[in-house]
Amino acid sequence: MSTDIRKISLDGLWHNNPGLVQLLGLCPLLAVSNTAINALGLGLATTLVLIGSNATVSAIRHIVRPELRIPVFVLVIASFVTIIEYLTKAFFYDLFTILGIFLPLITTNCAIIARAEAFASKNNVFHSLIDGLMMGLGFAAVLLLLGALREIIGQGTLFADAHLMFGENARWLTITFIEDYRGFLLAILPPGAFLGLGFIIAGKNYIDKQQKRKAAQQIYAIEGSTQTST
Amino acid sequence: MSLNTPTSPHIHDDTSVTKVMLRVLLALVPAIIAYSWYFGWGLLINIAIAATTALACEYTMLMLRQRPVAPFMTDGSIVVTAILLAFCIPPLAPWWIAFLGTGFAVVVGKHLYGGLGYNPFNPAMVGYVMLLISFPKEMTTWLPPNLVQDLNFGFLTSLNAVFTGNLPAGFSLDGITAATPLDLIKTQLNQDITITETKNSYALFGDFGGIGWEWIGNWVFLGGVWLIYKKVINWHIPVAVLGSLFVISLVFFLMDADYYGSPMFHLFSGAAILGAFFIATDPVSAATTPRGRIIYGIGIGLLTYIIRVWGGYPDGIGFAVLLMNLAAPTIDYYTQPRVYGHKRK
Repeated sequence: MSTDIRKISLDGLWHNNPGLVQLLGLCPLLAVSNTAINALGLGLATTLVLIGSNATVSAIRHIVRPELRIPVFVLVIASFVTIIEYLTKAFFYDLFTILGIFLPLITTNCAIIARAEAFASKNNVFHSLIDGLMMGLGFAAVLLLLGALREIIGQGTLFADAHLMFGENARWLTITFIEDYRGFLLAILPPGAFLGLGFIIAGKNYIDKQQKRKAAQQIYAIEGSTQTST
Repeated sequence: MSLNTPTSPHIHDDTSVTKVMLRVLLALVPAIIAYSWYFGWGLLINIAIAATTALACEYTMLMLRQRPVAPFMTDGSIVVTAILLAFCIPPLAPWWIAFLGTGFAVVVGKHLYGGLGYNPFNPAMVGYVMLLISFPKEMTTWLPPNLVQDLNFGFLTSLNAVFTGNLPAGFSLDGITAATPLDLIKTQLNQDITITETKNSYALFGDFGGIGWEWIGNWVFLGGVWLIYKKVINWHIPVAVLGSLFVISLVFFLMDADYYGSPMFHLFSGAAILGAFFIATDPVSAATTPRGRIIYGIGIGLLTYIIRVWGGYPDGIGFAVLLMNLAAPTIDYYTQPRVYGHKRK
């Protein structure tokens, strides 16, 4: 049981990350990641939808006929998106105006329907819930990293407009790295999103490769030591 | 006795990448001299910064990619990229403009795609377009050529301006810089001021292009023709680029001379001639079949005109070259010459 949860979590956060490995939901990932706060807002909204939709799809998986499953999944997802959208509109109105069309568009985020189809429709509610949480957090982490990178390079700040999300008390969160920064427009513009995501994927692959090499070396070292001892 | 029969091609030429690049560099010398004559030391300083950055980035990337360093460093291609990019940078732009642009051109434009011979886009133009969209203000303020002669900035003054941004007492950057002729006409037209009126009220325009620009264009042209004579480049691309630019600007000029610049103005302004001979002909990123080269060149000429006249940026050569680079593989695919002995499809 616990190993299952460990595996699901690692898959969502690293090995099968929706943003870096499955490359799903690239449209919002690239469009909304121009600042860290926008990215965090959309990342959290997507995570909440993913938890809700995964749990619901898993709970009704025996009732839904296979022929009708896709429309039903979309309906479930759309309902959760609507809930999140109204919640954002009610409590974070400024953030809502910035995220704009990308909030309702979470419905069409293929990462969510992919998890419903590939995981939630085949697993029990608890596991689906964990999967939704971890996949959502993995997606949000990539969004946040990309948003932070683009914001630092593009504007020289981090968590600018933090009050949009956390209220007026959170203005201290904004970090200005370089005073009077001239701005590097490329990072804020769409090409910066593609370049940034490319570098992050390259970084992940590099880390994976290093770990594989290390593991191979360890096996070699163990074999070598046993050979010398015998 | 061994009878080795080599496979075709049986005729050998002693060209190499190094030799081709040296010829390109040689062909650029008249243009560099003419440019420095009109705009002062700025270009040479930019070339020095760009070439140093390019060599440093090339070295770092080759080490990271574990490729042989010596042959790639000495083949000269990276210096050509640096010089072409330096041509596109305003003479007294701050040093980090040339530094960032060349770094981006070499690292992202060239090496991330696999290095020399694998880059789908012209690296110099990748660097230029990155600079243009990121730093529009720094990239569009040029010195007016007639003023440079009066200012008579020495080497040290120019160096100081590039690295510290300080100008001699009594001068300010806003005071001495101005828009290029292409840029000026565009902003004036937006305010409903016709080209004739603009030409009469600004001392930027010469006999057929901008002052200075037109003569630099001639020297670039001379270098380009020499490259064709030496068979470093083919005639197809330059002729197609300049021809199509000439024809489309002539059509619109005849329709309404007040709103559309004359064909000569378009040919001798901005980077049209430099682009046609030196940038569009990049052997790696251009189309390679004879018919394909003509289509590719016409595409660049037309796109340049469209971007210049109706687009948001004053000059369109950089964008036009990159867009047609993207189309080059498709053009090549559909224009493969008939193989001898095979029927035409």
